[in-house]
Formats: sequence, structure tokens, C-alpha cells
Amino acid sequence: MNHLWMTLRPYTMIAPALLVFLLFFIYPIGYMVYLSFHDWNFISPDKNFVGMNNYRALYDHPEFLQSVENTVIFTLLSVVITTVIALLLALWINKPTKLYGFVQGAIFSPHIISLVSIAMLWMWLMDPQYGLLNWLLELFGLPQSEWLASPDTALYSLVIVAIWKSVGFNTLILIAGLQSIPSYLYEAAELDQSSTFTSFLKITLPLISPTLFFLVIINVISSFQVFETIDIMTQGGPLNSTSTLVYFIYEYGFRFFQLGYASAAGVVLLIVLSIFTVLYFLLVSRRVHYQ
Amino acid sequence: MRIHQLFLKLLNVTSLVLIILIFATPFVWMAVTSVKSLSETITFPPVWIPETIRFENFTLAWESGPFFRYLVNSLIVTFSILILQFLTIVPAAYAFARYQFFADRTLFALTMITLMIPTQLIFLPVYLQFSSWGILDTHLALILPFAANAFGIFMLRQSFKQVPEELLEAARLDQASEWKIIYKIMVPMAKPTIITLLLFSFITHWNDYFWPLVMTTSDSSRTLPVGIAALTNVEGGVAWHIMMAGNMILVVPILIMFFFAQRQIIRAFVYTGVK
Repeated sequence: MNHLWMTLRPYTMIAPALLVFLLFFIYPIGYMVYLSFHDWNFISPDKNFVGMNNYRALYDHPEFLQSVENTVIFTLLSVVITTVIALLLALWINKPTKLYGFVQGAIFSPHIISLVSIAMLWMWLMDPQYGLLNWLLELFGLPQSEWLASPDTALYSLVIVAIWKSVGFNTLILIAGLQSIPSYLYEAAELDQSSTFTSFLKITLPLISPTLFFLVIINVISSFQVFETIDIMTQGGPLNSTSTLVYFIYEYGFRFFQLGYASAAGVVLLIVLSIFTVLYFLLVSRRVHYQ
Repeated sequence: MRIHQLFLKLLNVTSLVLIILIFATPFVWMAVTSVKSLSETITFPPVWIPETIRFENFTLAWESGPFFRYLVNSLIVTFSILILQFLTIVPAAYAFARYQFFADRTLFALTMITLMIPTQLIFLPVYLQFSSWGILDTHLALILPFAANAFGIFMLRQSFKQVPEELLEAARLDQASEWKIIYKIMVPMAKPTIITLLLFSFITHWNDYFWPLVMTTSDSSRTLPVGIAALTNVEGGVAWHIMMAGNMILVVPILIMFFFAQRQIIRAFVYTGVK
């Protein structure tokens, strides 16, 4: 009896958490894959099996292709620019004085603010008529921009907001990475009279690169999920120029009730995220291996 | 040489100030707009100092919808999630850290996989599931999926592993039950990690917009961020001063919290980011 309890005890301890994961994360994934092979509008009692039809229809759907393209552009731009700026900032403000501490706090602050507020605030800053940004542009004698109101600039405006929000978080993670580089390496480099640039290239960059790769992957994963700023600032417009994969799923699932179709788009997102997740786990296991 | 150094120092400080401005100005602009009159928001060039400070904008924003209800909903949802996460994470992390059992690695891998499944991926099937359970538009729909947290289990497991085994042996000799060991020894020793996790969860769910947006259809279960976002479609045109006043209500408490616990909050996010 006692032995049986000893065997079962660990399972009872993890059961509540595992139940949550199975019910609300693992099972829905399976259900979504199942739905993606069916035609269903939520109201009708029947789900008709349609095989690969939903996927074929996606492949021919200009709006879907556009939202994939938008997602890729958004992700590429925001991830690359955020990472580069964050690296430069991290090298620069990685100092223990009060002033630098304050700068670190300031650049990090957007990360803990609700995206709702960030979206509404930037909508106001980017207002084509009365916005502060156009006033600034005018102040410096630059041409004003339509920002979110034009299909040519809307997506880039969202990229700016994404960078503003996440650059501080990225910088602080890189600073943590920089601080874990043993200082004797730099002292040795100094003895060898190597230049700052050489020691950056030979010491900092190789040792920070696992953190950089890690950041790139989590940034890619989170950029693929972007929703809040789009829903509040543009609703995918103008002319579909800012609709992303998640927004497409949301619209087709919740506005048009084409559940099979939306699920197929969900499976596409799942595949993309899985690729990056596998990369992430390979990286994490590699890092553990080194230590 | 000295002039050269002075110049560099000046350049450095100027650039630092510029960076602070890039991040602080939007918040300052939010605060300034929130006490303006309607006409002051629609002038170009913009007005920096409003003629009269109109605190009534906050009342107007607050009374433009059932914001007290939203606030209560936000508090109920966020704190229920925190309590449930504490209750599910602690024993699970202990089991993964301290026991060897059949399929332990598989179950841990399963837990880690959920870490990478975003809510933006599973909202549709979960919505359908909740609709068949009849719990759409209730607090439950906003709480249940977050009753456990894979990341929390991962982190707490790490800190539970660091508690020396001798301490547990001694407690077991004293006939302490496993539950007593967990809550009298493990939890107090892992207190910093637990506080970090709860802080992280609090900010995440307090700010969350996506999940309540898709799971609620009425004011009875909507949370503060959804209510504030609805200020964008107030009838009678865009009222930036009211919108910014509403957002001040959402932002200021978090910024005050950040001011007092900056070190811990940054640690919570950087720590949870890097692992």
C-alpha cells in the first residue's frame, strides 16, 4: 500500500499542471489539425471532410498570401533592426553607474506596459493631421508621412512600434550576456595591446553569439504572433497592407466563421513556429552541453 | 587632447539624453494629452502646455463605460491565475526536481513543449471547446488555460534542485511529510524565484488583451485592457484626450510599480527571457 503511494505520488503532484497543458494546449493543437481537413461554419451540425481543399484554397487566396508576406516582412525588419540596435546599445550602456541604470530602466519601460496602451499612444503620435511625429518631421524640415493611413507606410509604422517596444528588453538580455563574459579575457587582450575593435571581434562577439541567436529566435517567434497593435491600430488595413497570419486566422475564424479554413491557416503558423522551436531547443541543448 | 576628451564626454551624455527622450516623450505626451481639452488636441503645431489642466477627463473616460466592472474583472482574473499557478507549479516543480519516476523525462518534455505554444495559435480550438462547455464569456474562460505555467515549472525546478539533499533527509528523519517539506523548506528557500515568477505572471495577465478579447462577448467578464481599447470607437469622432486619460489609468499603476521595484521587475523579465 505504502509502496503503491510512493510510486503514484509524483504523478499526483504533476497531474494538475499536466491536465491544464493537455486540455488547453496539446489537445487544441490536435483539434485544429483535425478541423483544417473539414468544412465547418460553427452553426451547422456537420463537419464535412474536405481533405486538402482548405490548404489548396489558402494557396490560391491573395489575401492569405499577402498576410504571409506581411508577416515575413514585419518579422525580418523588426527582428534584424531590434537586434542590431540592442547590441549597439548593450555595448554602450553596459556600465554600473546610476545614469546608465536610469537609461536601462527607461528603455525597458515599454516592455511592461500593456500593448493596448502602446498601440493607442502610437496611433496618436502617428496621427497624420495632429500627431507629434509629423510635427517633429516638419520641425526638421522633412516631408510629413501618412503613417498608418497609407498602405505604403502602415506596415513600416508597425515595425517602428515593435522596435520601440522590444529594444530595451533585448538590450538588457544582451547586457546580462555581456556581464557573464569573464573579465580576465579582456585583461589578457589588453596585455597583448589589441585594439578595442579586435577584442570585440575576437572575444565579445563569439561569446555573446549564443545569446544573440537565442534572442533572434525568440524575437522571430514573438513577431509571428503579432496581433494587438494590428487589431487596435489598423485592423489589417489599409487595403490589407498590415494583415498578418494571426490576424488572418482571427478574421476568418471570428468574423466569417470559416473554421476549417482558419484552422488550415493555423496549421501553417504551427509549422513555421515548430521549425523555430526545434532550432531553439537545439540551441538550448547545445548551450547546456558546453557548460 | 583634453578638449577632445571633453567633446567625447559631451557627445556621450547628449546621446544618452536623446535616448531617454525617445522613450520618455511618448509617455509624457500621453500625460499631457490626458489633461487637455478637445480643441487643444486638434491644433497643429501641437500644444505642449494646456491652458487649464482638465482632470475631469479621467472621470469622463472612467464613466464612458462600466470601468469599475472591468477593473474588478481584471483583479479577479489576474489574482485567480496567480493563486492557481502557485498551487500547480510548486508540486509539479518539486516532483520533476526531486523524484525519479516512470516517463518523467517524457512528461517534462511535454511540459516544455507547451512553453512554445502561443495563445495566438490555439485560441480558435479552445474557443470552440469552451463554447461546447458553455463557459465562454465567463471568468473561467480567462483563467483556466493559465492555471499552470510551463515556464514556472522549469524555473522552480532549477531552484528546487539546488536545495541540499541533507536538509530533506534531516526533515524526513523528523517524520516530516512531503507536503510539509515542500511548503516549510522548499518554498521558503525558493522565495526569490517564486516572487520573480509571480511578478512576471501578474504583469503578463494584467496587460493581456488578446485572450479576453476573443473569449468575452459582454461587459460582465471583460477586463480593463479590452475596455480601454474600446475607447477608440467612441461615437462622435476620435477623442484623443479621453483615450489618453483612459490609458493613463492602465499605465500609471504599472509605471509606479516599476519605479519602486525596477530591479526585481527587470530581473523577472531578463531571467525569464534568458533562462
